[in-house]
Amino acid sequence: MSCIEQMKYEILLNKTTYKDAREYIKENSDEVYYVPPGYKIFNDYHIIGVPPIALGVKGSALIFTYTKPCYGSFVLTIDNEDSIKEIDRLREKEKEKVTASLKKGKPPESSKKPSGSFLDMWKK
Amino acid sequence: MTGAKVLLMMGCPEVPIQTSIALYLSHKLASLGFDVTVAGTGAATKLLRVSDSDSYYVKKLVNLDKTLEAIIEDREDFDICFAFMHNDAGMTYAATMSSVSKARMYSIVFGRNAEDLAETVEFDCEKIVAKGAHNPAQLKNKLDKVVEGIVK
Repeated sequence: MSCIEQMKYEILLNKTTYKDAREYIKENSDEVYYVPPGYKIFNDYHIIGVPPIALGVKGSALIFTYTKPCYGSFVLTIDNEDSIKEIDRLREKEKEKVTASLKKGKPPESSKKPSGSFLDMWKK
Repeated sequence: MTGAKVLLMMGCPEVPIQTSIALYLSHKLASLGFDVTVAGTGAATKLLRVSDSDSYYVKKLVNLDKTLEAIIEDREDFDICFAFMHNDAGMTYAATMSSVSKARMYSIVFGRNAEDLAETVEFDCEKIVAKGAHNPAQLKNKLDKVVEGIVK
């Protein structure tokens, strides 16, 4: 059992497909960050998912997917000190990506306003 | 391929043929010299353990989440992976495995919605699709051909 199940979370979307869970995050977050499958949050939860994995931010809350083999995918949100740390980590990683892109002379790609399909973005 | 590490990934055991095919495939591959590990959810592993209480067909039976965690953290990996799926969650687990492992992927798609589910599988893999939920014969025959191809 992941630590997620022992944390104070709220279920935003219940027993759905992974694709719908990702769409929900995209449509209901102020910021969206994309990470690879297996990305670790809250110390011990490796996110299970079809790439690209979307992580949403709304205020100080982190919005993410949680997949259970017999029940499907859920969209959960956690709003506490740990979520703030996770959000800071995501923003930091995004900043590093932009810096790396600038060093290579490419225009920075913002993950906050995704354009085109998720698959196209993942292939970039 | 003898000695190659094979992972059978079992999802929710709600559809009966998963357990029988996992037992069959594990034993078949082990008999051919593969090093087989079967990973499953708590319920799936319990069903398998009771069916094969002397570990005759399945020598290594492990927890699915812990195995994926070990692969993600580079503590373990496999050469070949057969991922069972009859629902979107099973496909999601397999997609994760495909992304974090170097294993050659085989998606075993079964159950009443097998064809629709197979269409949602976008990662690189060979799909073995059979509509059955109770009768494992069609899936067994298809897997026999796939295994034949692997050992060639």
